[in-house]
Formats: sequence, structure tokens, C-alpha cells
Amino acid sequence: MSDATAEAAPPEATIQPVDAETPFQRFVSEFLDSKVATAAFLFLLAIIALAIFAPWITPQNPYDLAQVDVLDGRLAPGSEAFAGYTMWLGSDGAGRDLYSAILYGLRISLSVGVTSGLIALVIGMAVGLLAAYTGGRTENVIMRIVDLQLSFPAALVALMLIAILGKGVDKIILALVVAQWAYYARTVRASALVERHKEYVEAAACLGISHARIVFRHIMPNCLAPLIVVGTVQTASAISLEATLSFLGVGMPQTSPSLGVLIANGFEYMLSGRYWISVFPGVALLVTVVSINLVGDHLRDVLNPRLNTGGGK
Amino acid sequence: MSVFIIRRLIQASLVVFLMSLIVFFGVNVVGDPVYMLISPDADQAEIQATIARLGLDRPIHEQYLLFLDGAWRGDLGNSFVFGEPALRLILHHMPATLELAFTALAMAIVIGIPLGLYAGLYPDQAVSKGIMAGSILGFSLPTFWVGLMFIMLFAVVLGWLPSTGRGDTATFLGIESSLFTLDGLSHILLPALNLALLKISLAIRLTRAGVREAMGQDYVKFARAKGISTKRIILVHVMKNIMIPVVTVMGLEFGALVAFSVVTESIFAWPGMGKLLIDAILQLDRPIVVAYLMIIVLFFVVINLLVDIVYSILDPRVRLQDQGA
Repeated sequence: MSDATAEAAPPEATIQPVDAETPFQRFVSEFLDSKVATAAFLFLLAIIALAIFAPWITPQNPYDLAQVDVLDGRLAPGSEAFAGYTMWLGSDGAGRDLYSAILYGLRISLSVGVTSGLIALVIGMAVGLLAAYTGGRTENVIMRIVDLQLSFPAALVALMLIAILGKGVDKIILALVVAQWAYYARTVRASALVERHKEYVEAAACLGISHARIVFRHIMPNCLAPLIVVGTVQTASAISLEATLSFLGVGMPQTSPSLGVLIANGFEYMLSGRYWISVFPGVALLVTVVSINLVGDHLRDVLNPRLNTGGGK
Repeated sequence: MSVFIIRRLIQASLVVFLMSLIVFFGVNVVGDPVYMLISPDADQAEIQATIARLGLDRPIHEQYLLFLDGAWRGDLGNSFVFGEPALRLILHHMPATLELAFTALAMAIVIGIPLGLYAGLYPDQAVSKGIMAGSILGFSLPTFWVGLMFIMLFAVVLGWLPSTGRGDTATFLGIESSLFTLDGLSHILLPALNLALLKISLAIRLTRAGVREAMGQDYVKFARAKGISTKRIILVHVMKNIMIPVVTVMGLEFGALVAFSVVTESIFAWPGMGKLLIDAILQLDRPIVVAYLMIIVLFFVVINLLVDIVYSILDPRVRLQDQGA
């Protein structure tokens, strides 16, 4: 793997005039240096496209009862459905085409993960900026709460909330947000604290610019890089956490079958050898989570200048 | 020193008190367990009797005070479903969970540290890259999914190991555990490995980072210059320095293992307190949920407290910093 990148890298480096690069171009070319991360990114784009276009590229809507035939239940991969099309990934216990069910499940898993990730990001960013900018007692109180929450694993926090709140899509999103906001707050606060004491912030304050403008126009943009890294990794863990809760039966309801629900439904058939009902949704979940993590891992290397000068081979 | 410990103790009890408040009021807003527990054809008098028996007819703050009063005496209410004290049920299921978590922790240390050591010493070798890729997978793969694959591979396809339940137990040195029988060992292997996977990855990464950092330090160069063998440098000088943070983190992770065993126990039908919790959530058995959450919070608070105190003994800066804040 390393030999391939070593061969590919030199010609690019000689062709590109170094002084003409914008930061964004440099970022893109550095990102593309890693074949694994590039492949993961393309995979991710493909997965998102499949999820978005699911209704147009699947043979059936698995939750339209008129299109599902119970007689098709538990068919092996490659069997022909009653309606005439081939079920390449087989069918589940209720006769749904698994390929269709997986794409629809991806939609739900991705949207829950991304929605909760975004809400947690916004809340965490606001809290982190507030803590770093105001300092003093406010910062102390906020960071105490953040530290306290981070001393419990996110999965446990989410599970506790679910135990308290009960099932439902809104409750899952709420649990994921509460379980994750502290990670964002800690990240933003750490980088905002560094930025706050730099000269440009002092200069802006001397010019009489309002606090809000300093925070949002000057400090916030400089905290985005670590936030993006944490955001990708946290979104992956939100998706996998939702799947875990759903698998345990305390997550998404049967009416919103995410990948975790599909896997849970297939579990009972697994011991009798009908592996595909659980395995294929699981593979979809896996590819999604691993792709996001690989992209996030490489983003961290590219966006963190400290690591590049160090052991950044 | 004692001031530091007292401060930490006060903080810890505050956390437990806050959690009891959140947990109790939260749980009481969820649903109405009366209708979960009484058959639909019960008459009004029966329903009233049950409500009175469970104390559900009192105002919620009175219920909370009763709960606090009970909690103080170690009585967290009776399970709605089993009719037994919730705390006793949980304590009854706890050994199975602790056994699983301890085995997983031991696996993480025994497997993770040598692999991390190797990857840290020879970072450019293909094997090391394989180890690191494996550790990324260990972090990314959802635990429940790996558990499913274990069951499919080892129980269904190969038929080597049982996939559900806890095996025979035997008593050794006063501890009853399934680790002392062959049947028990065969039952615990898959779930423990499943639970350990995340921590193995963590141990690999921590050890590797520690080794890579230590190898460049002056004391290693000095030891080399003195002509000490590489083996001794690594096993005595380097290991001594990196083991402290690694073991501390792994110790802290014990709480996480107990919490995560909820997932593993559900997959492998391991009769621990995690499975009890999931069943209780599904059946709206509030006392069990409350008791479990309180115990797990207590667990974490105690672990964090111990780590804080041990740290402050090892590193006086921690306690000075705390006094300054």
C-alpha cells in the first residue's frame, strides 16, 4: 500500500506549482495522497447516493404492503420473487426484498446519524465557544459538566436516556445528541481558547468590533478544522450507536426500520442458517461506518499541522 | 491530601445525588406501568389495589423521598415483574457480568499490549501495519455485529463453541465462577472476546504510541550507550514507563466494559445485569431500571474517585492544581 503511494506521489509533486496553490487545493491534493482514504471517500459518496436515490433504483418499496408478498419470505439470495424480479440479496421473514430494505434502511440510519450529529455539533460548538470566550465561572461550570459527562461512555449515556425516555425516533435523536454534544464542546473550547489569545483577536477587540462578531466571524472559522474531524468520527459512532440500540430493541421502532432493526429482525433466522437476513444489512452498516472512519482518520492527518511536521509519513 | 480526598468525596456524592434525581424523575415520566402489569380484564378495585401496593398513587415528590429513604437502606423497590427486591435481583446477576468484564479486561491486556509493543518497535513492517489496520477495524466495527459474526462462524458454521448462556460454574477459593470448568470456559470465550475487542484496539494504540515516544527519549539512548541489551531496554526501561498510563487507562475502562456488557450479554444470552436491564426496559420494569442506573453510576463514580486519589498520590501536581482552581 505504501509502495503504491510512494510511486504515485512524486510526479504530482513536480507538476504542481507550489506557490499557485490555494489552501483548499493543497488540502484536496493532500487528501488524495492516501489511496485508502480516497477509496473510502468514493465509497461514502456511493453509499449516500444509493440512500438518496433508493426509491428509484430498488425493485420494490419494502414498506408498501401492496408490493410485498409473504410467499416470498426467507428466499435465498438470487431467488426470483413472485413479482418477477430477482432478489439478489434474498428476502427477509416478511417477504421484503433485502436489497430494497437495505437501501431504505440506509436512508433512515444515515439521516438519524447526520441529524443528531449536526444538532450535537451546533450545541457543542455554541457551548464550547461560550466557555472559551467568557472564561471565569461560566467556563468552570460548563467544563465541569462536560468533564462529568465524558467520564461516562457515550453508549452508556445514550442507553440511560433511552431507559428513561423510551422508544421513538425523536427520543433516539435526543439521546444521541445528549450523548455526543460534550465531545464537540471540548474540542471547540480547546481550539477557541488558543485562538482567543492570538493577536488578531486582540486587534479585533481594539477596533471595537462586537463580541458576537469576534466570536462568529473571527474565532469560529479558525476552530472548524478540528470540529470537522470530530464531526466525521462522531457521526460514524452515532450511526453505529443507533444500530446498536435498535438491535437491542430499545432503538428505532419497527415502523422506521434502520439497518440495526433489519439486523435484529434477521437474528432469529441466523441460527437456522439463513444468514443473509442479518449479514447483508450488517455489511452495509459496516461499509458505511468504516468508510466514514477512514475518511475522518485521514482528515485528522491532513488538517492537523502538528502531526504533519512530526511523524507524518 | 485529606482535604483533596474530602473535596472529591463531596463532589462524588453530589453526582450520585443529581443522578438519582434525574433517573428517578425521568423514569417516572415515561409510561404507566400499571397498565403493563395488570391484565386488561382486571376490575377497578384490583387496579387500585395494585397502584396502592406499588405506591404509584402518591405525589411524585413523595415517591422520590420514599425512594431516597429506601436507597439509603439499600432498598430500591421491588421489581414489578419478578416481585423481588430490585437491588437483590441486580446483585444476583452481577457476578456473571463482572466475570465477563474481568475476562475481557484480561484479554485486552494480554493480547493488546504485546501487539502494541510490536507495532511500536517496528512501525514500518507489514505486520505492524496489519495490526494497526486491525485496531482501526476494532474501533469501527459495532460490537453487536462482531458478536453476530462470532456466533455465525464459531457456533453455526464450525460448531466449535456454544453461542448462548453461561456454562457450568465451580467454586474455587470461595469464588463461584464459570472460569473454573471447561464447559464454563467454552461458554465465556466468545462473549469475552467480543467484549474485549474494542479494548484490545485501545491497548494496542496506547502501547504503540507510548513505545514510539519512549524510544526517542534520552534515557533509552543513554541505556543504549551504556551497552544494555535491546531486550532489557524494552522489557525493563521502556515497559516500566509506558505501563503506568496504559494500566491506568485500562483500569478506567473497566467501568466501560461493565456498561458495554449490556450489548454482549443480550447477543450471547449471558445472564448478567446488562441483559436484566434490557429486559426491564422492554417490560417497563421501572425499579430494575432505576436500580441498575444507580448502581452503574455508583460504579463509575467510585472508579473515577479511586483513580483521582491514586493519581494525586503519584503526582502531587494534580492536587495542587485542584486547590488553585
